[in-house]
Amino acid sequence: MSKLIMNRRGLLKSGAAVGAGVALPTIFTASSAAAYTNEPTGGAVTLGFNVPQTGPYADEGADELRAYMLAVKHLNGEGDGGMMNTFSSKALQGNGILGKKVEYVTGDTQTKSDAARASAQSMIQKDGAVMITGGSSSGVAIAVQGLCQEAGIIFMAGLTHSNDTTGKDKKANGFRHFFNGYMSGAALAPVLADMYGTDRAAYHLTADYTWGWTQQESIQAATEAKGWSTVANVLTPLTATDFSSYVAPVLNSGADVLVLNHYGGNMVNSLTSAVQFGLRDKMVNGKNFEIVVPLYSRLMARGAGENVKGIFGSTNWHWSLQDEGSKAFVKSFGEEYGFPPSQAAHTTYCQTLLYADACERAGTFNPCGVGEALEGFDFDGLGNGPTHYRAEDHQCFKDVLVVRGKENPTSEFDLLEVVQVTPRAQVEYAVDHPMFAGGALGACNPGS
Amino acid sequence: MDAILLQLLNGLDKGSAYALIALGLTLIFGTLGVVNFAHGALFMIGAFIAVSFSKLMEISKITIDPDKVDFLGNPAKIKTPYVIEWFGNFGHWLVEWSVPVSVLLAIPIMILIGIIMERGLIKHFYNRPHADQILVTFGLAIVLQETIKLFFGANPIPQSSPDLLKGSVDFGVLVGFAENTIIYPLWRLVYFCFSAVLIASVFAFLRFTTFGMVVRAGMEDRETVGLLGINIDRRFTIMFGVAAAVAGTAGVMYTPINPPNYHMGMDFLVLSFVVVVVGGMGSLRGAIAAGFLLGIMESFASMPLIKDAIAAIGLPSIDQIIIYLVAVVVLLVRPRGLMGKAGVMEE
Repeated sequence: MSKLIMNRRGLLKSGAAVGAGVALPTIFTASSAAAYTNEPTGGAVTLGFNVPQTGPYADEGADELRAYMLAVKHLNGEGDGGMMNTFSSKALQGNGILGKKVEYVTGDTQTKSDAARASAQSMIQKDGAVMITGGSSSGVAIAVQGLCQEAGIIFMAGLTHSNDTTGKDKKANGFRHFFNGYMSGAALAPVLADMYGTDRAAYHLTADYTWGWTQQESIQAATEAKGWSTVANVLTPLTATDFSSYVAPVLNSGADVLVLNHYGGNMVNSLTSAVQFGLRDKMVNGKNFEIVVPLYSRLMARGAGENVKGIFGSTNWHWSLQDEGSKAFVKSFGEEYGFPPSQAAHTTYCQTLLYADACERAGTFNPCGVGEALEGFDFDGLGNGPTHYRAEDHQCFKDVLVVRGKENPTSEFDLLEVVQVTPRAQVEYAVDHPMFAGGALGACNPGS
Repeated sequence: MDAILLQLLNGLDKGSAYALIALGLTLIFGTLGVVNFAHGALFMIGAFIAVSFSKLMEISKITIDPDKVDFLGNPAKIKTPYVIEWFGNFGHWLVEWSVPVSVLLAIPIMILIGIIMERGLIKHFYNRPHADQILVTFGLAIVLQETIKLFFGANPIPQSSPDLLKGSVDFGVLVGFAENTIIYPLWRLVYFCFSAVLIASVFAFLRFTTFGMVVRAGMEDRETVGLLGINIDRRFTIMFGVAAAVAGTAGVMYTPINPPNYHMGMDFLVLSFVVVVVGGMGSLRGAIAAGFLLGIMESFASMPLIKDAIAAIGLPSIDQIIIYLVAVVVLLVRPRGLMGKAGVMEE
């Protein structure tokens, strides 16, 4: 009769062998059963909302989150339906997505690329999110877009304005509804030339990261095409808080226009400094000195207070638009939360509806199927007029708004007035435009 | 020349904010020996006292205007601040001058906050290593800023200076330059003057009052002063309150320069610590000198001329690291800082 003697090493070896044996069929089963990452199997589908809940863009993130929750409510057949009623596609029925109830998880990007990737990773791996959306910064959007491409998840970008998001950093699994720096330049430059003339000298202060660089390049090219010259482009650190030492030299630089390629807190502080230094009261080269903020946000305009009065910029959408889609969204959002939505809220609401609609039309949550449904999709009724999701770079093309800080606001929300709705044709560009060159869309990745 | 003078002026202005925060930090370190990483949060709390007072002044009576509609098409609500309704012109004045008036409010509030902070938390860490003090005060700073964010949100909240002090002045004309060569914001000049008066007041308080004399004696030799029967701990606690008031009032007056947000204390904190180290740990005069020196250096490093010259030799921009470069050079040449004393933080 033999006696079984088991020491610690033997136990570990046996355990490992048995574990591997048990796990092996499971690995193959899992691989063969799920056609794509996080394929929903129950009666619900989970979406991941990755927004800045802390950090300098937390208020913007909060507005995005409100819009996401409203979209989920509408998708599940609750509330008044918002823009689902005006959306040109009628695939959405208010019974969730493909008959599955929509649930969601949230993550905090902190407006930091590494934190945003970590929270997206967690939502994909732990919570089973089948789609990730959000972001209030191009750096974050590009980082999370890359992660979703690797993981086989669709990424519906939120507020990201850098040309690179659908330019050199574009990905097959990533889609952007928001406009970009090139479009801001194309919309804004003709209005600036009309208002301020073609013989102008511009001084650019530019946030030193991907969004700032591409916006500055776009605005410079568009204004120079109208006859303006560029005196200087000074890069300012993203972490800067006091811009007085960057603004002070503008006075004697010979420039008669200051272009602030800043967003968020940077924009608030640089604009405040520029106004305090009396730039707007100065005459240079026989002309009134002017300030331009190419990318405007109502939430940021509120931070800058009365300094925004009369200053031109561009925006993706504004709550005062009178088309049926915008009115429906403002009513729905306003009744839910008591104030009008921001452009960040609008774009994230649209992205959620567009994703859900694409799933319905594709009949699947498979990212490749959803991607195909979004590519080349033409739609209307979401507040921006007829819109096209271009297949080649996954960028939405639609009208762009040129806005100006309102001189006599009638309420705390009434800060910007729409000066011009720039038609889509004016802001379109070729797929191989040099400002968007350098990257490849690649192939769709279903993951799993 | 005008560009250099303009940046010099700007540097003095920046430096005045650094100097005020560093002065408070040094006062606390010199008296209690505590490295207070929550000092930036005190600057931020001061700014939010101004925001709170302004919001208090804006509490309004709401009436419905049937002729106007809100964004949802409902009759618009018209707000009239109670303070204007009750006090007429004086109410208007209070709303307009809310920032300077907040300074008067901030002094007792900040002294109280400082004393509560010292008695409630920091005194328990006097005999602990500096690393523990840094950790606990840094944690406190995070709690304070998150509390402010909870009540006021993350976005900046603009504050206006009084109409009389808005706009800019042609400083160049005052010093013999041509018109429109050196334009400088009026409120920034006010801030510089305010800082100068506040710094002078703190020094005068320490130099010419009996209380200040005892405090200075305690900073030199705490034990001996205690043996003379003087309750030096109580005086040091009051000095903590004074340091908090200096930071708080600096924060109040800063609000029209940059709209305050919950993170502004952290933005200043690290720079102020560098200022204290460059000035010499425990040296009040050193903190002031280093504050102005580093403010001026930072301003000059931001000049396009300097940035272009640095780029021409293939180096990246130094405007955000100039303070640290200066700190490295100063500490290499004078390891105790500009006016540091032997034996401070050297054990």
